[in-house]
Amino acid sequence: MKRQRSTPFFAPALVREAIRESFLKLDPRRMFRNPVMFTVEICTAVMLVVCTWILAGEQTQGAFGYNFAIFVWLLFTLLFANFAEALAEARGKAQAASLRKTREETPAKVLKADGSVAERSSSDLKKGDRFVCEAGDLIPADGEIIEGIATIDESAITGESAPVIRESGGDKSSVTGGTKVLSDRIVVEVTTVPGESFLDKMIALVEGASRQKTPNEVALNILLAGFTLVFLIVCITLPSFAQYAQAPLTIAALIALFVCLIPTTIGGLLSAIGIAGMDRALRANVIAKSGKAVETAGDLDTLLLDKTGTITIGNRKATHFYPANGVDTGHFTRQCVLSSLADDTPEGKSIVELGANDKSLSQQQLQFMLAEKSAMKFIPFTAETRSSGVDLPGGLRLRKGAFDAIRKMVEVAGNPIPAETAEAVQRIAANGGTPLVVAENEAAIGVIELQDIIKPGIRERFDRLRKMGVKTVMVTGDNPLTAKFIAQEAGVDDFIAEARPEDKLAYIRAEQNSGKLVAMMGDGTNDAPALAQADVGVAMNSGTAAAKEAGNMVDLDNDPTKLIEVVEIGKQLLMTRGTLTTFSIANDVAKYFAIVPALFAAAIPGLNALNIMRLSSPESAILSAVIFNAIIIPLLIPLALRGVAYRPIGASALLRRNLMVYGLGGIVAPFVGIKLIDIAITIFH
Amino acid sequence: MLLEIVSITLVFAAIVVLAWPLGKYIAAVYAGERHWSDRVFGPLERLSFRLSGIDPSREMTWQEHLRTLLTINVVWFFWSMFVLMNQGWLPWNPDGNPSMTPDLAFNTTASFIVNCNLQHYSGESGLSYFSQIFAIMFFQFVSAGTGMAAGAVVFNAMRQRTAAQLGNFYDYFLKSCTRILLPVSFVATLVLIAEGTPMNLFEGKDTVTTLQGDTVQVSRGPAAAMIAIKQAGTNGGGYFGVNSAHPLENPTALTNAVENILILLIPIAFIFALGFYLKNRRLARVIFGAMTLGFLMILAVTIWSEFQGNPNLNRMGISQTEGSMEGKEVRLGAGFSALWAISTTATSNGSVNAMHDSFTPLGGAMQLLDMMINALYGGVGVGFLNFYIFIILSAFIGGLMVGRTPELLGKKVEAREMKIAMLVALLHPFLILVGTAIAAWLSASGNPMAANWLNNPGYHGFSEMLYEFTSASANNGSGFEGLADNNPFWNISTGIVLLLSRYLPIIGPVAIAGLMAAKKTIPESAGTLRSDSATFGILILTVIFILAALAFFPALALGPLAEHFSF
Repeated sequence: MKRQRSTPFFAPALVREAIRESFLKLDPRRMFRNPVMFTVEICTAVMLVVCTWILAGEQTQGAFGYNFAIFVWLLFTLLFANFAEALAEARGKAQAASLRKTREETPAKVLKADGSVAERSSSDLKKGDRFVCEAGDLIPADGEIIEGIATIDESAITGESAPVIRESGGDKSSVTGGTKVLSDRIVVEVTTVPGESFLDKMIALVEGASRQKTPNEVALNILLAGFTLVFLIVCITLPSFAQYAQAPLTIAALIALFVCLIPTTIGGLLSAIGIAGMDRALRANVIAKSGKAVETAGDLDTLLLDKTGTITIGNRKATHFYPANGVDTGHFTRQCVLSSLADDTPEGKSIVELGANDKSLSQQQLQFMLAEKSAMKFIPFTAETRSSGVDLPGGLRLRKGAFDAIRKMVEVAGNPIPAETAEAVQRIAANGGTPLVVAENEAAIGVIELQDIIKPGIRERFDRLRKMGVKTVMVTGDNPLTAKFIAQEAGVDDFIAEARPEDKLAYIRAEQNSGKLVAMMGDGTNDAPALAQADVGVAMNSGTAAAKEAGNMVDLDNDPTKLIEVVEIGKQLLMTRGTLTTFSIANDVAKYFAIVPALFAAAIPGLNALNIMRLSSPESAILSAVIFNAIIIPLLIPLALRGVAYRPIGASALLRRNLMVYGLGGIVAPFVGIKLIDIAITIFH
Repeated sequence: MLLEIVSITLVFAAIVVLAWPLGKYIAAVYAGERHWSDRVFGPLERLSFRLSGIDPSREMTWQEHLRTLLTINVVWFFWSMFVLMNQGWLPWNPDGNPSMTPDLAFNTTASFIVNCNLQHYSGESGLSYFSQIFAIMFFQFVSAGTGMAAGAVVFNAMRQRTAAQLGNFYDYFLKSCTRILLPVSFVATLVLIAEGTPMNLFEGKDTVTTLQGDTVQVSRGPAAAMIAIKQAGTNGGGYFGVNSAHPLENPTALTNAVENILILLIPIAFIFALGFYLKNRRLARVIFGAMTLGFLMILAVTIWSEFQGNPNLNRMGISQTEGSMEGKEVRLGAGFSALWAISTTATSNGSVNAMHDSFTPLGGAMQLLDMMINALYGGVGVGFLNFYIFIILSAFIGGLMVGRTPELLGKKVEAREMKIAMLVALLHPFLILVGTAIAAWLSASGNPMAANWLNNPGYHGFSEMLYEFTSASANNGSGFEGLADNNPFWNISTGIVLLLSRYLPIIGPVAIAGLMAAKKTIPESAGTLRSDSATFGILILTVIFILAALAFFPALALGPLAEHFSF
């Protein structure tokens, strides 16, 4: 069962909390962090003063009701912006809390130096402490298994109900706090201090406490501050122009013009967009250590992927039997199956499976062979012989193994290698397969072809990445010939064959030197340097602590194709900011046409020609623009939280699309919106 | 009217046809490629460098470029102040014109050192021949050369993969003058002389008997050479007060066409040069396309409005088949006056062949808009620098919109570049609006200083003040001449605006380009937003119009639009 990944945007509990928070966020000290909205807060305060002034008897500023309405809607503008941020935070917190719930106050069986076990609370654990977990125990903290092997239920973290195996040594030694041991006993060393684990970091990021602005966010804030300043200049100089034109301005009108022109829409939604990006990553079960890492993912140029488990299903499978000339097909199939009957490796099992499905081998024969199994003597694979096989009671010796190992054996016995067998070996290798030569009594009788099985659908994912501009690189221990074939089959752009950890590191450095941003996924300790070197290093949650420490993201699902999602989340994050900025600025055209004629219509009747929306009165025009400016924020909250959909259709096409939707849409929408609000105001007034 | 539109189209086509090979030549000059022109100009340049002890092969960083640029400009500033304030007794003053007052000398110097011609004086009575040649014409070469050299630095920076060294400023500067401005204006001078523009060096005013039998004093002087460079270098400072509306500055239809071609020639060729220089002609085409689209839209509105004629005259039943002709030369016509007006405001040239004050309100609004944008072709060198700021802003917004950290030609656009770009983009509205606000306030509050400023009250008076500051901030120099501007307020305020709006918009783009040149180049991928696509061109044009329209809309509404709608 997968954990539910989408909560409705306006779930009641979240909304209640967000509403409370949006009032608390009115505190100017907190507001100051967002310069655009801070200026709106100042304007709101000025309007409050103007309202009291009118109550005290001032006549020149227009009706109290109108001024008060402007004040109220400015306040709403602020609250809506705060609400957007608070809602994003609340959603993130809720997501994080469900992860955190499992890890609070778990009893830990701490292993003391003398070997005795004492029970303590998980919150008292320190880095380096060792604890014991047995079947049925919850693991109290993140750590690394230093002794034993166990099956673990990680569904609390990953949502995946199938248990996984974790063991000491090797790359699957890491356990996460909150998961449950199902069998066996392990000794774990605490690797992170509780409160500083990745999850805790993530929660802090989502809660906004330690949210650093990303570089793009800083640059965008400069742009927004610039626009705010331009309109500040416009509004500060306007009274003097108006005085010359003998068209007195009210404070409410001037403030309305200013607030409508500055980019409040994007200013109000900006931090919500950032938080929602982190939240989306978390929903994809990826823990990012910083917002920057998610953003960088959107810029990736190169992606390094391990072949096994990512591109291919993991194990090779037998796909063909090629008997040598003069060897009966049925006979060869039978010998192949016999040689693998006791071979428990996935390859061996796949040979039996292929044989069982072969027409030349009857069901009876197979049953007969299985019945005879106990009488056979099995020769296991060793690194020395590089072959395995079986000795039958009748003295028949069957061996299968790598071509050169079998050739050596055959040639020592004085038998020739059949030409067509050597040929088949060549052909299979060239096609990316692995040839296994079978020998019967030290005479080669044919070849079994083993092939890597490429995951269904992986080619399409790589195509998608290519269209996004991301180059995929397959990393494999295979020889170059095999690697090349699989690379072609899977549709990756490049490959590193016979890869050692240092090869990965060198490849990443070379790519970076040519200016590219590189991501890689890894789990082993020997991946750590490459993970640290990569711009985005995604460590598997099942990986070693070193790998997790080196990367800047952790994938809780241990799913190597997750990077594709991460790239899209990064791109969505930037796109949402860009499109809403465009929308916000494009809105100004209509707002000008609403407010400027309203400002001067009384003194310069001719300018009413600019009132192309035919708004009913100057006051309703100004109020409509302010109301539109306020309610567009909550209307866009779902878009800000969900993100603008990314389509890998090429940058120019994407720009065209977004310019049409958010640029042209941004110009047209407020004309319609303001007109409708004006009609409503006129009717209800 | 049809004939005029056909001829306007032909003139524009001629500009593009001439600008293409010129652009190729300019690119070769800045790239330092071997060229036949080496043999012609090489000896002169080598001599200059040897005499001044400059090593033209020493590469400079962007900071050194800017330091050099500002230093030589300061030296020129003092030279010009000295000449103008002492021309009364200095030699070569056949008409016996007096020395300038300090505030007028400051305004004139500030005006010409920034390649502008906000002439608060009239050439016939305000300058000696010595000043015309050694202050005004000198600046018409070197200020144009300064702008072009700064442009060349940005060219160089855009071409670099990762580098701090961006060529030698003196080399770019001198070659801009000797190899580009000099030959172009030399050819133009010959045409002007052949058509009757004076080029006498020593005699003063000529005495002419008119058809009516009166005798009049006709000013002359070394005019032809100056008119050629004023147009080619987008300075625009006329020899005579009424500039190219003067029959001796612009005697015939041919000189009118030639001068109009010159106004746009180098600014357009400079864009083509970028394409040849970067070996990215698609980019040049996109920039040229965006600029031309904007230019033609503004031109179309102006021509249409001028051919509509004056609505008040129409109402009185007076035939205006030639369009609105008030303030225009009959020998040139409404169409060519409109083309000139839009060319001169687009390129920060500032020379005029008709009185902008008398254009229809909508025509005046288009001239203002042209200068508020100040990047549709723009002045030589600096027009491209202004446009570069818009490219940076568009690349930023566009980059975000396609989900990538914004980049331009493989270099990331980050917070630092955005900060500089926004500051430069803010400067223009700041100077224009704040300046106009002060003037409008002085005028509205009945300050005695402002008592005699405005010949036209009401909206048109506001347009005149707005135009003056817009023209100063755009380094354009043309004026709505109804404004009485030779007094301390206008001389000093516009002088300060001129200086700020010249140097900051040079420093900004050079700094951005220099910072970006030092960055690592990101290879292009399918996710990269291409800056040489038509979509990107449209984006830039939209950003330009929205920025200019948004910041100046209220000002335009209270000036020309109020006038237009109140007819």
